[in-house]
Amino acid sequence: MRRTGRGSCAALFLFAAGCRGVYSTLDPATREAARITTLHWVMYWMCAAFFFAMMTVLAVAVSRQRRSETPEGDRRRSVSVAVAAGSSSVLLLVLLAAIVVTGHANVAPAGAKALEIEVIGHQWWWEVRYPARSSAHDVTTANEIHVPVGRAVRLQLSSGDVIHSFWVPNLHGKKDLIPGRRTSQVFHVEKEGTFRGQCAEFCGYQHAHMGLIVFAESPRLFEAWLDRQRRLASEPAGGAERHGREVFLSSPCVLCHTIRGGGAFGHKAPDLTHLASRTTIASATLPNTPGHLAGWVTDPQSIKPGNRMPPNILAANDLDDLVSYLRSLR
Amino acid sequence: MSSTARSLPVEQEPDLGGTEKERSELARAWRERSGFLGLLASADHKTIGKRYIVTAFGFFVLGGLEALAMRLQLARPENRFLNPDLYDQIFTMHGTTMMFFFAVPVMLGIRLYFVPLMVGTRNVPFPRLNAVGYWFYLIGGVYLYSSFFANGGPDAGWFDYVPLAGSEFSSGHRVDAWVQIINFTEVSALIVASSLIVTVFKQRAPGMSLNRIPLFVWSILVTMIMVIFAMPAVIFAAGSLNSDRTIGTHFFNAAEGGDALLWQHSFWFFGHPEVYIIFLPALGMVATILSASCRREVFGYTAIVLSLVSTGFLGFGLWVHHMFATGLPQMGQSFFTAASLMIAIPTGVQLFCWIATIWGSRPRLEPHLLFVLGFFFIFVIGGLTGLMLASVPLDLQVHDTFFVVGHLHYVLIGGAVFPLLGALYYWFPKMTGRFLGRRLAFFTFGFLFLGFNLTFFPMHELGFMGMPRRVYTYLPEKGWGPLNLLSTIGAGLIAVAILLFFVNVVRSLRRGARAGMNPWGAETLEWATESPPPVYNFGRLPVVSSRSPLWEEKELPVVTGLRTDRRELLVTHALDGTPSHREEVPGPSALPLIISITMSIGLIGSVFAVLWLPAGALASIPPALAWYWTEDEP
Repeated sequence: MRRTGRGSCAALFLFAAGCRGVYSTLDPATREAARITTLHWVMYWMCAAFFFAMMTVLAVAVSRQRRSETPEGDRRRSVSVAVAAGSSSVLLLVLLAAIVVTGHANVAPAGAKALEIEVIGHQWWWEVRYPARSSAHDVTTANEIHVPVGRAVRLQLSSGDVIHSFWVPNLHGKKDLIPGRRTSQVFHVEKEGTFRGQCAEFCGYQHAHMGLIVFAESPRLFEAWLDRQRRLASEPAGGAERHGREVFLSSPCVLCHTIRGGGAFGHKAPDLTHLASRTTIASATLPNTPGHLAGWVTDPQSIKPGNRMPPNILAANDLDDLVSYLRSLR
Repeated sequence: MSSTARSLPVEQEPDLGGTEKERSELARAWRERSGFLGLLASADHKTIGKRYIVTAFGFFVLGGLEALAMRLQLARPENRFLNPDLYDQIFTMHGTTMMFFFAVPVMLGIRLYFVPLMVGTRNVPFPRLNAVGYWFYLIGGVYLYSSFFANGGPDAGWFDYVPLAGSEFSSGHRVDAWVQIINFTEVSALIVASSLIVTVFKQRAPGMSLNRIPLFVWSILVTMIMVIFAMPAVIFAAGSLNSDRTIGTHFFNAAEGGDALLWQHSFWFFGHPEVYIIFLPALGMVATILSASCRREVFGYTAIVLSLVSTGFLGFGLWVHHMFATGLPQMGQSFFTAASLMIAIPTGVQLFCWIATIWGSRPRLEPHLLFVLGFFFIFVIGGLTGLMLASVPLDLQVHDTFFVVGHLHYVLIGGAVFPLLGALYYWFPKMTGRFLGRRLAFFTFGFLFLGFNLTFFPMHELGFMGMPRRVYTYLPEKGWGPLNLLSTIGAGLIAVAILLFFVNVVRSLRRGARAGMNPWGAETLEWATESPPPVYNFGRLPVVSSRSPLWEEKELPVVTGLRTDRRELLVTHALDGTPSHREEVPGPSALPLIISITMSIGLIGSVFAVLWLPAGALASIPPALAWYWTEDEP
């Protein structure tokens, strides 16, 4: 993108506003994203300089008043065109070198100590797994990924239905999740923070709301989180929650969702074992509050038209108890 | 029916138009049929060319309305103007319409109209086949829009990635409509390509050796050869998708040994050259307008021709840069990066040559030149953002975001629509005998330039801010609202510009100032006949001895010895343009329309039941037989 003469003040202001944030290509939090940002600015300034040079020459050519038709003038024009073409070719070669070097640095293997995370794309949510040595300790969650700072992370990407694309701009570029193939992405997070991501390949009705969140934490906090996630769902503490669990198990919820230790084994929808530990629901679309949860359970189709969750008609107290049960799954 | 005529007498004849008697004979021999049925039978390249242009602008309006609907929906976060179902149909229709029903056909129309005139011949070599091309295009468009208005518009994107576009995730007949229109539009492009390649190689005016072909014609020749190589890829892809969807083959089904990426490779092997198929004719228009505005030959003829040809080759080596995120090996990707950067060189050479043409020429500032200057400004930005997309690491960030939406509109609107509007202003007097209004043209340019930049420049920024493409809405906390609103306001200005353009055309058709044969003092052969040209184009075919025949010679020599009472063309040698023999071409006929209808019934019917396909083929046999029967007796 290049600045144009007119309106550049407004554009510059907006541009600066877009530079920083939890969802920006220009505020890198990993080694890989930082390399891309450097390349971005190199190309940006080279292209901007070229554009202004070109427009200046064009403006001079149009506004010159003298008409020159000499053989000498023709020779000079030939030389100028050749010099311009030659020097732009050299610039392109420099650019190619910068691109290839950055590209190769960014696909260096992660090493044996890397943290492995499996991400599986579904219409329209992300299944996230942390495989352990014994499958009893596997962690399965959805739409929110926790990673430690300072350790290589390797994402193993695959898809359960159509093509999706994993993209958290502050961490790295995109990588597609393609049925029948496995792709991977490696990054080294260098600063703590919460970063937003989104599906970047058109995947149907709710492509727009297929978000995710990455929490980059200190290794200590990360291990603590992983430990909690390994546990089975907590037993309902009070009567309302117990009744809520009955509502869950006797309604269609149980056909698609899993609650490990809660008697639900569906595999079509996000794992709810530790639902209350997540900050958002509906694929990082709504904050995880009792009100939103109740709204989502009763009428998901008006919030995200076309998504796979059917509406649930529940009596008021059943709904209340269901929500308090879900809120207890920390 | 042809006879060798290597020694056709060539004489200095001041009157290119020929005698009264010759002209009335020619008019009788080449006349079109009258009445409504006559309209359906037309086989004149100018009539068919104009039909392509008018129809394409009809689709342009539809595609533009779809764009406006999308801009309204995106103007603010969580807008409820369109639901996702409708939005997906509309963005798919917008892409499909603009690529297959506007950009390519409008360029087809202009080249069909002007290439035969510019090389100095009377018609294309296969006039009836040419008519089939148009009818196919029209029927395809009507079919697509009938589906859309019946809530059956394709909704998996104009790129139709599988498995989303496969039968499992897109049941019903929506995607089938997209799959079938590919056959219609691509067959029509292939027909025009074969007609015009033969026209350029075998029907040039005597003396027009390869190194004297106008640059516009060169750009068309390269484009048409690209069409021949690119279109079969998408016909293959669409055909495979069709059989996956209808008869259960597994070309793209990973579970059964197919591959989802096969679709992307074959689609983009067509899809990237498609950009150059749209954009190269525009480069030819720029060259044409510049030489007329600067009143000198475009600087660096040979360099420009070589650039066009090398763009034609390189254009086929870039497709993987649409697929960098699919995880192909890094080394392989680097080759495609190199090719994508390399294609900037021939394009750069052309830009430099054009600036050298303008330099020291004191160009006349007519609207068509202004559109060319607008092209420079916008297209250079689009080309440079293209370099950013060619760069693998950076592409992984901006790929499939609004940055790409901005980039592709800078390239396609800046690179093709601006030169197109300039060319229409420039050639309108030739096509209609009247000028387009000058003041309105300046206003059109002003609104379009302003509106365009306001709409699409902020999209680059939205891409950096992480806004993916093809989203029907977005959450307010993403902060994309203000730039999107700006973009929607810009789209309104573009709509005003296009409205002004249409007002100008309608007004000028009735009341525009009359234009003579060569109002701009240009150098190429289309200006050596009346405006608008008679149905036989030239009273006598011209003979040329330079690249700028109308500037170099006061009086063009002409060919004599062709019969004026038959539809005779002069066939010349491909390299040096020396006369070879005479050839008769068939005249108007309703058979092309009939055969287009029977074949369309087969193709469209096959969407609903496979048996329609052989039924349509059988129904096409009688008109095909009749066609061959009548062609032998002109």
